[in-house]
Amino acid sequence: MPDEAFISILDVSKHFGPVKAVDRVSINIAQGEFFALLGPSGCGKTTLLRMLAGFEAPTLGEIYIDDQPTASMPPYQRPVNMVFQNYAIFPHLNVYQNIAFGLRKEKLSRSDLDARVNEALALIKLEGYGTRGANELSGGQRQRVALARALIKRPKVLLLDEPLGALDKKLREQMQIELRQLQKSVGITFVFVTHDQEEALTMSDRIAVMSEGHVLEIGSPEGLYERPRTRFVADFIGTMNFFEGRVRAREGGKIAVDAERVGEVQVPADDYDFNAGDTVVVALRPENIRMRPGRPDLTANMAHGTMSNAAYLGDRAHIYVQTEGSEQPILVAMQNLDGAASSATHGERSVALQWSEQAVLLLRPE
Amino acid sequence: MKEQTLHAAEAGSPPGGLREGVRRAFLRHEWLRAYTLVSPTLILLIVAMAAPIGVLVGLSLWTQSGMEFDRTLTLANYETFFGKKIYPLVLWRSIQISALVAFATVLLAYPLAYFIAFHVQRHKMVWLILITLPFWTSYLLRVFAWKLILGYNGVVNSGLTTLGLIEQPLEFILYNVTAVVITLAHAWAAFAILPIYVSLEKIDRSLIDAAHDLGEGPVMTFLRVTLPLSMPGVIAATLLVFIPTVGDYVTPKLVGGTTGIMIGNLIQSAFGRGANWPMGAAIAVISMLMVTLAVCVFLGGVKGLKKLLA
Ligand SMILES: Nc1ncnc2c1ncn2[C@@H]1O[C@H](COP(=O)(O)OP(=O)(O)OP(=O)(O)O)[C@@H](O)[C@H]1O
Ligand SMILES: [Mg+2]
Repeated sequence: MPDEAFISILDVSKHFGPVKAVDRVSINIAQGEFFALLGPSGCGKTTLLRMLAGFEAPTLGEIYIDDQPTASMPPYQRPVNMVFQNYAIFPHLNVYQNIAFGLRKEKLSRSDLDARVNEALALIKLEGYGTRGANELSGGQRQRVALARALIKRPKVLLLDEPLGALDKKLREQMQIELRQLQKSVGITFVFVTHDQEEALTMSDRIAVMSEGHVLEIGSPEGLYERPRTRFVADFIGTMNFFEGRVRAREGGKIAVDAERVGEVQVPADDYDFNAGDTVVVALRPENIRMRPGRPDLTANMAHGTMSNAAYLGDRAHIYVQTEGSEQPILVAMQNLDGAASSATHGERSVALQWSEQAVLLLRPE
Repeated sequence: MKEQTLHAAEAGSPPGGLREGVRRAFLRHEWLRAYTLVSPTLILLIVAMAAPIGVLVGLSLWTQSGMEFDRTLTLANYETFFGKKIYPLVLWRSIQISALVAFATVLLAYPLAYFIAFHVQRHKMVWLILITLPFWTSYLLRVFAWKLILGYNGVVNSGLTTLGLIEQPLEFILYNVTAVVITLAHAWAAFAILPIYVSLEKIDRSLIDAAHDLGEGPVMTFLRVTLPLSMPGVIAATLLVFIPTVGDYVTPKLVGGTTGIMIGNLIQSAFGRGANWPMGAAIAVISMLMVTLAVCVFLGGVKGLKKLLA
């Protein structure tokens, strides 16, 4: 938790009739932070963002922005601006008029206004597009106009609702970097909604993972990826193999778990408070599993299997390994180092899997 | 499409029968399909609109002599029209009254349409049907109803007298322009509400959110976003009310008195009691042209206003 919260969301809920779109959420966001709200469709991200913008009033709870309670503050008085999920470009205005829309109250002279708008157009690399009609823009251009229109107001907080959703992969990656650089240079607090975990990982300082109106975990990208505390987060961010298991013993600084499909798993005991007899879920990232051909004797943190399927992805390969007596395969990711992945996908079918103690994650079953 | 063309080229000149030829022409020419689609309407339009207008213009160039038409072509009727003060005066006043009716109707219809589009959550259809309810009775009945309401001993006057608010019945509310405007505004209400409602309903709500987000309060959001985006509906409503009102002669006759006379009354009497058809035709042609002109001025004005606001 940052010590100084610029935005405080305190135990906020939003109910639409029987639907609890947002359910008892508390988040603190620091000034200048790039904060992502991540979660599957319908989990309440947009609703939470709309409460920050002032379009919806919380059913319960309170939101503070810059130490001001917002309950009686209409959207047009809040120091926040929003980039809408569908961009909401005014169809009756051209690009210039759209971008200049929010500047009316500043009563700028014609030349000052021109300067501000042209500066914004340069920022989004749409110089010379000022007279274009709103309906003559591509999806990516509309998104950038929406961004410029919000940024030109120089808000304290910029809210972005899946702003990169409509872009193709290349442009999206480019815009991710640009947005991140922009955010660093202008120093505005960004609250960014996305359902794309990769996007959240690349861009954010911190991420709140949401599910069905709840915030499950808040943490840094590394923290959430490497040390998730819930099965949902472990599964939602990245890919993960899960094995049900039971703790056999806790001794010598190790926890030994008997898990289905992979046999004995040993984990350093320091990080966990599980005891013998507890049921646990063993989680293992595909990229942390090493695979080699053959059938050596098994020790802890090892398994045997046969390759059943392989998906060649260019920079890496996903290989599905079937263990004896189980339908569900184990997913192994292999870097395509010197063509290793392409030869592996055609290689020996009987393989041994191995991983380190540090790679294993124990989770509480839900 | 491409295959079709290739096929045709291969087959050379002898086409595969008439049907095949027609089919191919259809596929190739977009305009042919479009015209085929509108042809029934187009034929009706030519027979029922263009032809009568032609007849009307022709008739207006003849003159009436006794019971017969004098068939020499002349502009005499038009000279009469502009020579006598009464005709241009009544036409000008008809346009003024119609503009007033259109303005009043749209002004009254807009809030109602706005309310249904933005504030009614459920049963919008019921509201819309309720609005068209008065139209289920005949037009004449509605005009007579207003006569009863506004009349010397009508609902308004007797009500106010009973309440002791007035001593004498108010005379200015019937048989004048006010009565015509009130009656027509009521008669046209649904025609104005529906197009405005449709254009408001179409507005993406996130645009209004966006305007609020960019710092505009309710009033400026309305002026800068909602109103411009509903303009097509407002224009349609204005024209739908204005154009037929210019030609109306029933309402002015029943509730308009002498000061409420409109151009439709003059045309009617020329074709009726006056028995001067060519003159009637000339008045009709002129009033048609004037309405067209007024509509053009209106549309031009709207365009200018849009530029000014943006
Ligand atoms: N105005 C509303 N009335 C009723 N229910 C609503 C309303 N707005 C949202 N909901 C419901 O609240 C839940 C959360 O919606 P929300 O739009 O916040 O999801 P989201 O996380 O933004 O999803 P997506 O990624 O698809 O945009 C959904 O179940 C939705 O159906
Ligand atoms: Mg959403």
